Amino acid sequence: MSTKLTNLKLKIWRQAGPDDAGRFETYEIPEISDEASFLEMLDILNERLIEQGDEAIVFDHDCREGICGTCSLMINGQAHGPQRASATCQLHMRTFNSGDEIVIEPWRARAFPIIKDLMVDRAAFDRIVESGGFISAPTGGAPDANLTPIPKPVADAAMDAAACIGCGACVAACPNGAASLFTSAKLSHLNRLPQGQAERFRRTEAMVDTMDDYFGSCTNHGECQAACPKEISIDMIALMNSDYRKAKFKNRKNLSRI
Amino acid sequence: MAQTLSRTPVSGTATSTPAKRKPFLLDLYSTAVGKKYVMAITGIAMIGFVIVHMLGNLKLYQGASATGIYPIDTYAEWLATLLYPAVPKYGVLWLARIGLLTAAVLHVHAAYGLTVMNRRARPVRYQSSRDYQVANFASRTMRWTGVIVLLFLFWHIADLTLGWVNPGFIYGDVQMNVVNSLSRVPVALFYIVANIALGIHLFHGTWSLFQSMGWNNPRFNSWRRGLAAAVATVIVVGNVSFPIAIMTGVVTYNP
Repeated sequence: MSTKLTNLKLKIWRQAGPDDAGRFETYEIPEISDEASFLEMLDILNERLIEQGDEAIVFDHDCREGICGTCSLMINGQAHGPQRASATCQLHMRTFNSGDEIVIEPWRARAFPIIKDLMVDRAAFDRIVESGGFISAPTGGAPDANLTPIPKPVADAAMDAAACIGCGACVAACPNGAASLFTSAKLSHLNRLPQGQAERFRRTEAMVDTMDDYFGSCTNHGECQAACPKEISIDMIALMNSDYRKAKFKNRKNLSRI
Repeated sequence: MAQTLSRTPVSGTATSTPAKRKPFLLDLYSTAVGKKYVMAITGIAMIGFVIVHMLGNLKLYQGASATGIYPIDTYAEWLATLLYPAVPKYGVLWLARIGLLTAAVLHVHAAYGLTVMNRRARPVRYQSSRDYQVANFASRTMRWTGVIVLLFLFWHIADLTLGWVNPGFIYGDVQMNVVNSLSRVPVALFYIVANIALGIHLFHGTWSLFQSMGWNNPRFNSWRRGLAAAVATVIVVGNVSFPIAIMTGVVTYNP
């Protein structure tokens, strides 16, 4: 049997547009099922607002099963809320208690400008991936399975990195607004695999340099790892740091040969 | 649309080569990761110095020999004449001083550059209070503990190397200078506070440098925290013991 939560108080960031100052507004939720997801709770609130003729609260969401990386929200000072290893869409109201005050804020970073209310533009991540997060594969028939042997631990490590859904929680949680966890996950995912070796050092330098254009720097707090819905480890950041050094030396050597 | 970022052209890893570059080391230092390498390498140099400095100071506890000579004065003399006569007197000492000074300047410069970069990365702060999960006191106060240690460093050099703020200072009479200086209660307190700040700084710094350098391996990862705690503890216990020993009369100077 589901139970009901009562008397929730929501403090939600409302901002009419990118240039608006924005402010917190308070909304009461008299009653909500503990089986409702956090985003469903916002949906129900939005329906009420629309019925009242108010403007609905704008927030990002898509798959609602933790795989697309579209949802965001800083809930009570934690990216994706208090539940570990899950995105906001996987958070349910049973995590909270009746009478709680819940503060909801958008991601905040220079590279993530607010579009409206709780929605931010995360295109800076696309710029990082565009600068090197790919492999140049020859087109043609699909290669036979297991044509390129990959040791199981390597495949596992690359898969752990590839779990990144690009939600931006790492940047949001980082006290410095750094994107090291995101960039290093995208790098590790390709840099560990044989297919990624050809462009490994060009990729590393290009992606890290693009990251520098938008984001802060890593001071090894570990907040990103704690906030990551996919539990990506800061070990990836160490790999990025070591690959970047190799990349700098190797690219310089290669350039001098041209 | 106003909300979109100003976008630079996509570089494309495989197609474009940067036309003109800064000199290699300067280019590396201009990047955030490059600055972190500098933080880590200069940090290692200074951690090494701080440990050796603390070990050397333990000679304060040996007391005067039968002939009235203090071992720490002999040690200071030995440092000043290291590799003499192959190297002139004070040669090795000055080499070390220049090296450490360079390390300190680079460490502070890189820290300043990174701090500015990080402030810029989040111009509008969170309007509600953050609930940090794993960032600890040490990691969050690095800038403050760093500034305290830097200010202490100026005082410490003026006090025990140059003698500017240490009445009766005689260069080379280490035991006397140290006992005279730390017998003053405010100086001893500042010494203790600064060393605790140093310990907190090293607790995060020693762990952090492994990440910054990319020294990450499942074989030793679990040791990194322990090493950081050990370095911080050894430094704080060793260094804080000196003012306490002097104020309680364990370490004395009898001319």
